[in-house]
Amino acid sequence: MSAISASEKVDGFTRKSMRKAQKQKKSQGSSQFRTQSSLVELSPLPQLKDAPSTEQQDLFTQKLQQCCMLFDFMDSVTDLKSKEIKRATLNELVDYVSTNRGVLVESAYPEITNMVSTNIFRTLPPSENPDFDPEEDEPTLEAAWPHIQLVYEFFLRFLENPDFQPSIAKRYIDQRFVLQLLELFDSEDPRERDFLKTILHRIYGKFLGLRAFIRKQINNIFLRFIYETDHFNGVAELLEILGSIINGFALPLKAEHKQFLMKVLIPMHTAKGLALFHAQLAYCVVQFLEKDPTLTEPVIRGLLKFWPKTCSQKEVMFLGEIEEILDVIEPTQFKKIEEPLFKQISKCVANPHFQVAERALYFWNNEYILSLIEENIDKILPIMFGSLYRISKEHWNPTIVALVYNVLKTLMEMNSTLFDELTSSYKADRQREKKKEQEREELWKKLEELKLNDTALVQNNSHGLQNAQNNNNNNNNNNNNNSNSHDNQDKSTAVGVSTDIQDPDITTATTESTTSAK
Amino acid sequence: MTLTVVCFSIWLCLVSLYGLGTCLSKMAGADGDDSLYPIAVLIDELRNEDVQLRLNSIKKLSTIALALGVERTRTELLPFLTDTIYDEDEVLLALAEQLGNFTMLVGGPEYVHCLLPPLESLATVEETVVRDKAVESLRKISQEHSPVDLEVHFEPLVKRLASGDWFTSRTSACGLFSVCYPRVSSTVKAEIRQHFRTLCSDDTPMVRRAAASKLGEFAKVLELDYVKSDIISLFTALASDEQDSVRLLAVEACVSIATLLPQEDLETLVMPTLRQAAEDKSWRVRYMVADKFSELQKAVGPEITKNDLVPAFQNLLKDCEAEVRAAAANKVKEFCENLPEDSREQIIMTHILPCVKELVSDTNQHVKSALASVIMGLSTILGKDNTVEHLLPLFLAQLKDECPEVRLNIISNLDCVNEVIGIRQLSQSLLPAIVELAEDAKWRVRLAIIEYMPLLAGQLGVEFFDEKLNTLCMAWLIDHVYAIREAATCNLMKLVEKFGAEWAQNTIVPKVLGMANDPNYLHRMTTLFCINALSEACGQEITTKQMLPVVLKMSNDQVANVRFNVAKSLQKIGPVLDSNALQTEVKPVLEKLATDTDMDVKYFAQEAISVLALA
Repeated sequence: MSAISASEKVDGFTRKSMRKAQKQKKSQGSSQFRTQSSLVELSPLPQLKDAPSTEQQDLFTQKLQQCCMLFDFMDSVTDLKSKEIKRATLNELVDYVSTNRGVLVESAYPEITNMVSTNIFRTLPPSENPDFDPEEDEPTLEAAWPHIQLVYEFFLRFLENPDFQPSIAKRYIDQRFVLQLLELFDSEDPRERDFLKTILHRIYGKFLGLRAFIRKQINNIFLRFIYETDHFNGVAELLEILGSIINGFALPLKAEHKQFLMKVLIPMHTAKGLALFHAQLAYCVVQFLEKDPTLTEPVIRGLLKFWPKTCSQKEVMFLGEIEEILDVIEPTQFKKIEEPLFKQISKCVANPHFQVAERALYFWNNEYILSLIEENIDKILPIMFGSLYRISKEHWNPTIVALVYNVLKTLMEMNSTLFDELTSSYKADRQREKKKEQEREELWKKLEELKLNDTALVQNNSHGLQNAQNNNNNNNNNNNNNSNSHDNQDKSTAVGVSTDIQDPDITTATTESTTSAK
Repeated sequence: MTLTVVCFSIWLCLVSLYGLGTCLSKMAGADGDDSLYPIAVLIDELRNEDVQLRLNSIKKLSTIALALGVERTRTELLPFLTDTIYDEDEVLLALAEQLGNFTMLVGGPEYVHCLLPPLESLATVEETVVRDKAVESLRKISQEHSPVDLEVHFEPLVKRLASGDWFTSRTSACGLFSVCYPRVSSTVKAEIRQHFRTLCSDDTPMVRRAAASKLGEFAKVLELDYVKSDIISLFTALASDEQDSVRLLAVEACVSIATLLPQEDLETLVMPTLRQAAEDKSWRVRYMVADKFSELQKAVGPEITKNDLVPAFQNLLKDCEAEVRAAAANKVKEFCENLPEDSREQIIMTHILPCVKELVSDTNQHVKSALASVIMGLSTILGKDNTVEHLLPLFLAQLKDECPEVRLNIISNLDCVNEVIGIRQLSQSLLPAIVELAEDAKWRVRLAIIEYMPLLAGQLGVEFFDEKLNTLCMAWLIDHVYAIREAATCNLMKLVEKFGAEWAQNTIVPKVLGMANDPNYLHRMTTLFCINALSEACGQEITTKQMLPVVLKMSNDQVANVRFNVAKSLQKIGPVLDSNALQTEVKPVLEKLATDTDMDVKYFAQEAISVLALA
């Protein structure tokens, strides 16, 4: 939906530089659509504490109504006086509900929820930066924060007031209210999301009738995030709330909760921005397993299914989560998944990315995991041995090699006979594997020889293949005359090369050409 | 690492490709037990531990099925595939796609229902792309069912999906109603309508979104009475859903529904909802209205357009959200074009133009550039006088906009204005804008403006060009960026095609040839590239007399890249030369280059010799 501008289409390199230039904090108004056409200037009301107690309630209501007036904070010069009056009033209201007893009479509830709804419920504006990277970019902040903050503060104090009665409030804080509250979690402003988190937590705690509804709506938000939009700013906050909710689930777990784990939380690991909420997500998963250890097998199988194929950073996160799970795993559960799990771990250990290999090898520093491995060494050692042995000879990173030696030593101490057997059969095993591979190749060759008159098909296919290879070759030619890959190679020490890289916009294109120019 | 991966996957491709070839051939040969062997191998591949291998085999599933024959495909392969549903999503996606084309492979339309069980399972998986593909395939094969089979096999499947527990199956069901509705009996039709109604008020927003997005499509296959009785109420409900993601999809449905209804019903049945959508509190919904505005306009007809859509459009052009304004700005031209002719000019002048004027100085650059990409189109609608009086000042203002994209969009649409008032009206402002873009720091902006040069040159005429733009065109030849130099070369060729060889000889060729002595080898190579491009357009005389000597002289260049490009240039311009020049001048030089110390120079010299048949 967010417009990708034509200039970005024209010049794919602008974004980063534009972003760099805009590093200063941005703020954004909420997308209020023609809410109030004419603003009436606010006039200050007398202080609540100065009013006689009989009139206090009336005055309280009046002040709540006054605070329903909304202001345009993108325009920093208009209505300054009114803005200040509203701010002061909100401050006073916060103070009033947090220090006084007996102020929450029944008639105040609709006024309070109305004031809160009017101020905070709004359609969030389009994102200024569609590829917002929360790790790198500054979030866009809510311009109306000076007021909105106080409204949140007030609402929280209201919920936490000892006189607060959910039985009255539930008429106003209903499903519709909660739904709108949940939508606000998409706010880019982290301060707002923080308030929302606390507020939703309080509502979940106080309104038993809304609990199932809240869980279901969070479910929907997550499913939409995973399968439809891939974008929602408040995932981490919602997961944090869920973490504490899961903690309180009664045993045995309801089917609804198990479904949530398997169909929402596990697929959530595939999200692009996993790094932003992985800690909270892993916490939720582990909470589930601590509640019900029989879920271990499906959870680990689920993680293995979604194991990252190209993103090393994510792989490190997955390994971290696996370790957290192994920390709480029951030995009987461990036996059920050791084989597929250690096949994956053995792949990770052999990963050329040293952070992945290192993270996997760190498992051997964990006493509990070590004891599990030792108990099942007969199964695990044969799975791990090949990778470890090969890596000990081949890995480029000396730290990894050192770690692998330690791991091999540990494993050897666990079962030296098996270790010796594997060592002596390693070569033979590799040769057998190679032979198998060769046989496979032979087989296909033989099959090819069997072919009779289907040359057309084979030609077609091999043509496709050649194309693929050509594409490979052509990759570095884009910047130059591309009739042949030789073109790029600068055969001389000529002067031209350095001038060719002055334009910073062409970095990708020219680095290729200069690197290929020896 | 990546290299090995690439090699590996290429190898895998090879493996499966060869396998297939064999399969086919074996089928043709069909000689007893032996023929089953490769099939066993292929099925074994479908079970392989390596995902990539499974994927490759599944992509060639049709070949396997062909080899197996229809009988065994039905009894062995399909049950096996139905079990595979627990595989990786990538494999499932390929499977879902394949099955859509399987009708002949299971024995034709008579047996097509055999494909339903695996597709039904695929239509319930979580991953959206897999599910969508399964639905697409189901829609495809639904057409191949006989009306009886449709009721016996297909429709029950739709019902099962529509009442599934998990939202995924209900979402998939939404896409299947419209394909079976027209061909079933009226009792079944009533059931289908009921199911669709239920899904429109499903309690998961995902399902409501799916239903809303299929509402228009479903309305099209319904009888008009049911459109009025059923669809309108569903439409109204979805358009006031609590979630804006559902409401905005109802806007899309609005187009189809309005097209179906007779004009006199529109006002009561559709317009209240549409008006509400155009003023929705969520900008996403308003954006959708703006984005679909031309379609809506056509669907509701001229009268409603005049009374309702014109003010709505004005509001969208003035919306507080830039996103909405940009979407509306994009539609300005189309909207104006489609206005009823009798009042078009008056509406534009009094209602639309004032908004457009404001947008020219909008605070948001996306809005301005959206406008700039269509504003020139208004001139054909408004005619010469209005253009000069009202639009020209806007064009000029946009040509001076701070954002290069806005200026570029104006320049790229100059042809519309040229037809109405001629480009000269603009030339005073045009020139500075072009010059500035031509020197923009971003090479892609420079590239974009170069591409408009031949067009501009044609419209501005040769004199203006020589005076103002020629230097720019020559400067691009020594740009830092290869892509610009390349485009500049190509630009010269197009200019020569436009202005003729004589013009080339006087203005371009001397400058190009002068670069042959540049100390920078990249510039010397540019000379060669220009010659490659220009020789044909310039003709034999200029090529032989002026260009060839320079090329030949460059064969002694100290940089090997220049030398082998000389060989390539000679190959390129050879056909333009006469045989005398080829034999006496080109041949000796190429022969000398063929003995060069550099292997690449040798290679290209030899290639040129053989292509020009000089050996």
